[in-house]
Amino acid sequence: MYQFTYHRVDSARKAINLAEKNEDAKFLAGGMTLLPTMKQRLASPSAIIDLNPAADKLAGIEQRGRAIVIGAMTRHYDVANSKIVQDAIPALADLAGMIGDPAVRHRGTIGGSVANNDPAADYPSAVLALNATVFTNKRKIAADDFFKGLFETALEPGELITKIVFPIPSKAAYMKFPNPASRYAMVGVFVARRGKEVRVAVTGAGSNGVFRASKFEAALTAKFHVKSLEGVNASADGLNSDIHADAAYRAHLIGVMCRRAVNKANGK
Amino acid sequence: MSATGIGAAVRRKEDLRFITGRGQYTDDINRPGQAYAYFLRSPHAHAEIKSIDTRDARAADGVLAILTGDDIAADKVGGLICGWMIHSKDGSAMKAGAHPALAQGKVRYVGDHVAVVIAETLAQARDASEKIKVDYKVLPAVVDMNDAVKKGAPVIHEVSGNNTVYNWHLGDKAAADAAFAKAKHVTKLDIVNNRLVPNAMEPRAAVGDYEPGTESFTLYTTSQNPHVARLVLSAFIGIAPEHKLRVIAPDVGGGFGSKIFIYAEETVCVWAAKKVGRPVKWTADRSESFLSDAHGRDHVTHAELALDEGGKITGLRVNTKANLGAYLSTFSSSVPTYLYAPLLSGQYDIPAIYAEVDGIYTNTTPVDAYRGAGRPEATFVVERLVEVAARETGVDPAQFRLKNFVRSFPHQTPVIMAYDTGNYQAALEKALKMADYRGLARRKALSARAGKLRGIGFSAYIEACGIAPSAAVGSLGAGVGLWESAEVRVNPIGTVEVLTGSHSHGQGHETTFAQLVSDRLGIPIDNVSIVHGDTDKVQMGMGTYGSRSGAVGMSAIFKALDKVIAKGKKVAAYCLEASENDIDFKDGKFSVKGTDRNLDFGSVALQAYIAHKFNGQDLEPGLKEGAFWDPTNFTFPAGVHICEVEVDPETGITRIDRWTAVDDFGRVINPMIVEGQVHGGIGQGVGQALLEGVHYNKDGQLVTASFNDYCMPRADDLPSYNVGMTQTPCPSNPLGIKGCGEAGAIAAPPAVINAITDALGHEDVPMPATPLNVWRAAQKAVAKKAAE
Ligand SMILES: Cc1cc2nc3c(=O)[nH]c(=O)nc-3n(C[C@H](O)[C@H](O)[C@H](O)COP(=O)(O)OP(=O)(O)OC[C@H]3O[C@@H](n4cnc5c(N)ncnc54)[C@H](O)[C@@H]3O)c2cc1C
Repeated sequence: MYQFTYHRVDSARKAINLAEKNEDAKFLAGGMTLLPTMKQRLASPSAIIDLNPAADKLAGIEQRGRAIVIGAMTRHYDVANSKIVQDAIPALADLAGMIGDPAVRHRGTIGGSVANNDPAADYPSAVLALNATVFTNKRKIAADDFFKGLFETALEPGELITKIVFPIPSKAAYMKFPNPASRYAMVGVFVARRGKEVRVAVTGAGSNGVFRASKFEAALTAKFHVKSLEGVNASADGLNSDIHADAAYRAHLIGVMCRRAVNKANGK
Repeated sequence: MSATGIGAAVRRKEDLRFITGRGQYTDDINRPGQAYAYFLRSPHAHAEIKSIDTRDARAADGVLAILTGDDIAADKVGGLICGWMIHSKDGSAMKAGAHPALAQGKVRYVGDHVAVVIAETLAQARDASEKIKVDYKVLPAVVDMNDAVKKGAPVIHEVSGNNTVYNWHLGDKAAADAAFAKAKHVTKLDIVNNRLVPNAMEPRAAVGDYEPGTESFTLYTTSQNPHVARLVLSAFIGIAPEHKLRVIAPDVGGGFGSKIFIYAEETVCVWAAKKVGRPVKWTADRSESFLSDAHGRDHVTHAELALDEGGKITGLRVNTKANLGAYLSTFSSSVPTYLYAPLLSGQYDIPAIYAEVDGIYTNTTPVDAYRGAGRPEATFVVERLVEVAARETGVDPAQFRLKNFVRSFPHQTPVIMAYDTGNYQAALEKALKMADYRGLARRKALSARAGKLRGIGFSAYIEACGIAPSAAVGSLGAGVGLWESAEVRVNPIGTVEVLTGSHSHGQGHETTFAQLVSDRLGIPIDNVSIVHGDTDKVQMGMGTYGSRSGAVGMSAIFKALDKVIAKGKKVAAYCLEASENDIDFKDGKFSVKGTDRNLDFGSVALQAYIAHKFNGQDLEPGLKEGAFWDPTNFTFPAGVHICEVEVDPETGITRIDRWTAVDDFGRVINPMIVEGQVHGGIGQGVGQALLEGVHYNKDGQLVTASFNDYCMPRADDLPSYNVGMTQTPCPSNPLGIKGCGEAGAIAAPPAVINAITDALGHEDVPMPATPLNVWRAAQKAVAKKAAE
């Protein structure tokens, strides 16, 4: 780790003020991504703005109308174990329960995960498939506009995610094929149906990060049943190849995981 | 059997301190005025060092010294050694390139040691290292063994122009060829034994200290064999003569072989301590462990098995290329030769065996012994071949094995080993029952209904442990003898300290060795402490590896205890006014035969020290005895493991559903600890079979350089084990122990791969059988079936 200045803040406002003054400052949420990269000397922010003292204001889960609102500092563990989430969007609680290990789930936050946009992270698929809205200190950003590529988002420097709003779907499920080593998603498929709209988001597989699988969406919009997916295959173009899975295998797994997710969403 | 004696499942005495965070590991040791070392490592797999500019780095905050290969040369610090001489077929000595502790003129793998920065804090050392300017001329690197031996390949060490350290062989080629010429069936297999990173829980560490007043060094280090470390650092590297160098290996958190070796880092720390006049500490971070701990396995083998018309094995031919990495690590040369080929007979009566092994340099981390060391590689070859041969000839794999097992003992194999005792069919028959082999068809059908493929895999392994008879290994090229020493110090009130040359780094010696003492002396186990890991306390020892601590280390203790009891009888004879020959010792009491006159062990100890009842000229006061035990043979633990898997052909995921292990370890001191060793060994073996595999890219960069990409087994990857035992006591040591530390890691990989290949009906499944590899194999199996 290189030297840096450490700030603790107990409100979003103070965090934003500090961030405006320090161009390469970083917010610290759960630290599950940021701290390892700093320890490996791959990141060297001049200042850290620790959001944890503000966690009581930035965390929390509630239902507002037909949506679930989750504060940015809400830990994965709390999402996984929230009665509200389990009742309204069980697929989202399932997903949170599949992230990392217990230590990671007790520290890591939804805001940190979404801001980081790791191409193998789980949450981005939920945000995209559930057509969630990301709220920041400045504006609200629709899921389709938020994820911009590998570790890239629509966030501007110093912009703070405050909460994420998930419309409640009628059916949804997440199927994760974990990377055997890291247990991040090697292929994760989130399917969700709300009204007539079906959205299928794929994480872990795309060489440009999370994406929507339009062929699968079209087939499932016609009928939300696994039979609709007969003959529907993902293309290997634009998918990752690494020692754990080549693009062809990932493409194959998108199909398998999508079918299993649809079955699960249909209670099968 | 007493509650704490031999055979009792005594809870591990050492665990209280380990699980409450009170262990004292090397990194817990801090010396007054301690400074920190950070190693600048090569980012290139192969490069010439044209110059190293340390000016800016020297000026950085907190820097005490920056040392390079030039300083090593100027101080005449000797290179790291390989302690086992192997001769090629043509009689020539192996071609070992120099291995300086800090690179001299050239780096040969990513992670090779270029310079060390010693500073007040670790962060300062690391910051300064980034200011060192190294001018590299990058050379082409070679990571693949086949490429390494090609004409025109980059030369890694000048002494070995074709990157070949040796072309070694064992066995009778003519006899083997004759068997193949007459064979009715020949099974051929190409096998890759994947390279592994040992990943002990505690990373390697060292603290070097120098005392100018007495001109003596102390090295605290994560070693499985501190005396061997001292010997090498003294006699070969030349740090200091042995009486001026103390090596302490305190609590050590796992080794699996990787902490046997004498590495650059501890050498540099102890040398630098004198140079900078400060104690110097280094602790590897996990990334350094990946790069610089000696890796394991990495064989490429072509093997053939000859059968006669009755399905009897008549011959075996094996050709192996063994990757030794960029330098020869301490025992690397012996692992793919004498620890490998002599095990190629497996549990089978094979009349003719011929093995050829080429040891090859590549621009990769050095490879050396890793849990099992050579024996897992041999078992993998034999058990895959036997399984495939059974399948090809349409014979049930269990029956095939039963037909070919060695049945009478002693049994001389054609590859050095003389198996002393065993009962292989008993283990297999017991394992078949425990595994409910008969119910397999039903379970297969159930799996098929759920869209899954179920398969079963056998592994009838054998290993040579209790290494080893000194003269025998000496004749094979070992640089040391492989006896063990022990000293039993009885204190005046009858408590006992045992000083042993074995080293415990997870094995539970503080418990099992104390059980032996409690059993033999009839004293409470809490009155016994086991002292190890300090060259100033224990006179000499050869350390722990090759499942030798029970068979060899405890035999030395046994012998010393005999001497203590004999001396105790003499003391008791004086006290009880009887003749020495009339004194019996039993259940902790010295008594006069046929009378009720007796003295307990503690009283005799006290009498030995106060020396009031005898004349100090007739009998020496005191009660302390030492012994060296040199084994007369290897020991031969063997057993059968049966693995049952369920493969999801759609995803390639393999789930291990059942695991049966029946092992013959001879006499068992503590069944709970033995079972734990079996569990841990299987875990590592399953790791190799399903999950772990080192991957370098073609430039020699380690791709699997962290747990993000290198997959260690986790609890939920492993099944619940069904463990059983058979027992044929080992005849060559007084306790009848064979050893259990490596069995699981040796047995498991072929059991898993045999099960997966059975499930798929397709033999070509590479290790590790990751979902990707299994899915690809499943695709091939389907394509092959479609073509038929
Ligand atoms: C061992 C391990 C296993 C893991 N496994 C998984 C897995 O299986 N699936 C998975 O999805 N993830 C996994 N993760 C990552 C984990 O989910 C992290 O929690 C997550 O990536 C980052 O969240 P964090 O709260 O820790 O963020 P931090 O590490 O604190 O921050 C990450 C980045 O986001 C920024 N940031 C944080 N909060 C905000 C905010 N409110 N607004 C704007 N920017 C912000 C930070 O400045 C930083 O750049 C794993 C991590 C570890 C260490």
